[in-house]
Amino acid sequence: MEVNEMIKPENLVVGRTSVLKECPMHYCPGCTHGVVHKLIAEVVEEMGIQDSTIGVCPVGCSVFMYNYMDVDMAEAAHGRAPAVATAISRLNPDKYVFTYQGDGDMASIGCAEIMHACNRGENIVVIFINNAIYGMTGGQMAPTTLLGQITATTPYGREPKLHGYPLQITELIAQLPGTCYVTRQSADTPAAIRKTKAAIKKAFMNTRRGVGTSYVEVVGTCASGWKLSPENANEWMRQNMFEKYPVGDLKDI
Amino acid sequence: MAKFIGTVVVDKDRCKGCNLCVVACPLKVLELSVGVNVKGYHYAEMKSPDSCIGCGSCGVVCPDAVLSVYRVKAE
Ligand SMILES: Cc1ncc(C[n+]2csc(CCOP(=O)(O)OP(=O)(O)O)c2C)c(N)n1
Repeated sequence: MEVNEMIKPENLVVGRTSVLKECPMHYCPGCTHGVVHKLIAEVVEEMGIQDSTIGVCPVGCSVFMYNYMDVDMAEAAHGRAPAVATAISRLNPDKYVFTYQGDGDMASIGCAEIMHACNRGENIVVIFINNAIYGMTGGQMAPTTLLGQITATTPYGREPKLHGYPLQITELIAQLPGTCYVTRQSADTPAAIRKTKAAIKKAFMNTRRGVGTSYVEVVGTCASGWKLSPENANEWMRQNMFEKYPVGDLKDI
Repeated sequence: MAKFIGTVVVDKDRCKGCNLCVVACPLKVLELSVGVNVKGYHYAEMKSPDSCIGCGSCGVVCPDAVLSVYRVKAE
């Protein structure tokens, strides 16, 4: 068969969802943020909820997320996305409200906001990208940075006496009675990405059940911050991150 | 068992040459171009189009959603 005969809408198996805007994403090549933006957009399209979805962007590399997603979005101050999302979801109980945050934004400066939003059981979807580093500001140590990991602010590796221990914030959040679904996924292989998409979809579906906060962590890479190629960054993540941040459901009720 | 053939259309000027699709392809269909696109990146292209089965793995891993994968049943 000629290639041109194959290229027809009915034969399309993977394509670009219209919930992503045409604006090219500013992310570095191979960035996990791009993958997860795409997954959220695909879930919104599949569920037919483009008109009733409201997202809240963080401060961090994904600060411009509102330029890429064709849904209503608000921008929160650093770490405060769960607080902004609380107000949005309480005032619009019929909408699907999600937050999108990095590990510096959520586990560091916004630690209080995420804990209390999850403890109150706000009816929101929380997407958390854990790349073990502050990507946007130049690769400084984050609370999630692994022991021994070299970053801009830990040039000799993270040392517990000086820098404390890696924070497994997802394990803490799973203990809070306000959460109904807490899971950790990754985005390194086609299979892992399909699972992450299923988790995001489940989290959005939970909004209609109204039984608490749904929380999806995605263990991701920061190729530029880690100073590795995108494929080596995925390999480094598998070798090092999964031990501290094992993939799987922590809570599902 | 039904066999499938596929093809990948690359939006080459949006591609950032991250190489993740090349790694994800189980049949080594894709590779990065020798030349560069408008952004100066070596973009993904089909090296051995005849091997493609349209599994979609490349499109799933693409962070910039620049790949469209088409699949048809082989007669
Ligand atoms: C109140 C305030 N403090 C500090 C900063 C500087 N700052 C910008 S982004 C960022 C960290 C972002 O890291 P992360 O949330 O992990 O996101 P990533 O960039 O890795 O996606 C910091 C500390 C700021 N913008 N505002």
